[in-house]
Amino acid sequence: MAFLKRSPWILHYDASSCNGCDIEVLACLTPLYDVERFGIINTGNPKHADILLITGGINAQNREVVENIYEQIPEPKVVIAVGACAATGGVFRECYNIVGGIDKVIPVDVYVPGCAARPEQIIDGVVTALSILDEKRGKMTGAARTKEEARHAEQAGEST
Amino acid sequence: MTWTWLIGAGLFLVLAPVIGGLIAGIDRRITARMQGRVGPPILQPFYDVGKLFEKESVVVTTAQNFYVLAYLIFIALSGALFFAGGDLLLIIFAFTLAHVFLVLGAYAVHSPYSHIGAERELIQLMAYEPMIILAAVGLYMITNSFYVADIAVSTVPAILYLPGVFLGFATILTIKLRKSPFDISTSHHAHQEIVKGITTEFSGSTLAQVEIAHWYENVFLLGFIYLFFAWNPVIGIIAVVVTYLAEIFIDNVTARVRWQAALKSGWLAAVLGIVNLAILAYILGYMMTGGA
Repeated sequence: MAFLKRSPWILHYDASSCNGCDIEVLACLTPLYDVERFGIINTGNPKHADILLITGGINAQNREVVENIYEQIPEPKVVIAVGACAATGGVFRECYNIVGGIDKVIPVDVYVPGCAARPEQIIDGVVTALSILDEKRGKMTGAARTKEEARHAEQAGEST
Repeated sequence: MTWTWLIGAGLFLVLAPVIGGLIAGIDRRITARMQGRVGPPILQPFYDVGKLFEKESVVVTTAQNFYVLAYLIFIALSGALFFAGGDLLLIIFAFTLAHVFLVLGAYAVHSPYSHIGAERELIQLMAYEPMIILAAVGLYMITNSFYVADIAVSTVPAILYLPGVFLGFATILTIKLRKSPFDISTSHHAHQEIVKGITTEFSGSTLAQVEIAHWYENVFLLGFIYLFFAWNPVIGIIAVVVTYLAEIFIDNVTARVRWQAALKSGWLAAVLGIVNLAILAYILGYMMTGGA
């Protein structure tokens, strides 16, 4: 059963963004777009999240924070980089403190372009991420099964 | 009588999660409409819990699993005792013990958010416990029984004798349903109340168990509301629905208060209950002595 696609909980993190994309992310929650229609919840806790929605180009100081948050989200999880800065560092890419894109620090699954990204695009990015999320879940259960079978085979080998 | 109690308990254990989940879904839909939004599907709470069971387990302190399971079991037990027609006092003690397990689970981990949530849950426990016991005492005073089975078939219109107790109970119901203005230890609304307070460190199947326990709890509490109107089942069911709708309305129009105010409100509700009971005791005493 693919409950995951019907209930993606999002963790939003501002990794040194100009706040433009963040306002558009929050606009998705307003009555006009209302992403809760799709069961999407903007959670504040990485342990409850399925999707890490991240804006900005990451600076030297919040690099560790991003890594930490990513580690804390339970599998399966996907990362969406929202906005030009999150993809490449954007207009800030020459700055001495900017790492230059989310994928320099953690693996990114979906890039949402724009400066700032429009709410429609962000929702489209989340919908794209949902199929990736489901794919990862399939792989995860598959991997767990292979591991289990290997363990059983090992035990059977020991007993004989 | 011998087997009917078992049917009540069995039906509760099987049906309460379904009904509780549906109530949660309708609640979210109505809340969304009150905010001018479309809202999630009615079955959304089931999708959420199903999803949580699909997630990886990232438990650091394994003791928390035990505590959360104990919370679920004791909530289900207190509800099952209630629908089996059991002793209200025993039910209330099992119910309190369940929440003590939840608090212990939140204290078992190392997150400061979780600890703040646990402290606030204890404060909530202090706030609503007197009122819940007074409600049981009030129902005893007019039906002469602590057994739910006797109270439920009583022909006395309890609400007319216990309006203060009912209002007090409705106040602490807001605490129990985790609704504003008293959702201080954790909140239904994401991204709130100290990043989810008591549930911060619970994820995956553990969080799903907390959610299912909450559904059991809500059905039990609505059953408790019904007892005040038990002399007429139609009025009883209407009263339960109206009370729950009022709770959703209050949730949407009030801001969250500080824990001090939550504690004061809980105890003010208890004072209201005590005044009600004192007047009732006086009247009942007067009637017994024949006005002498």
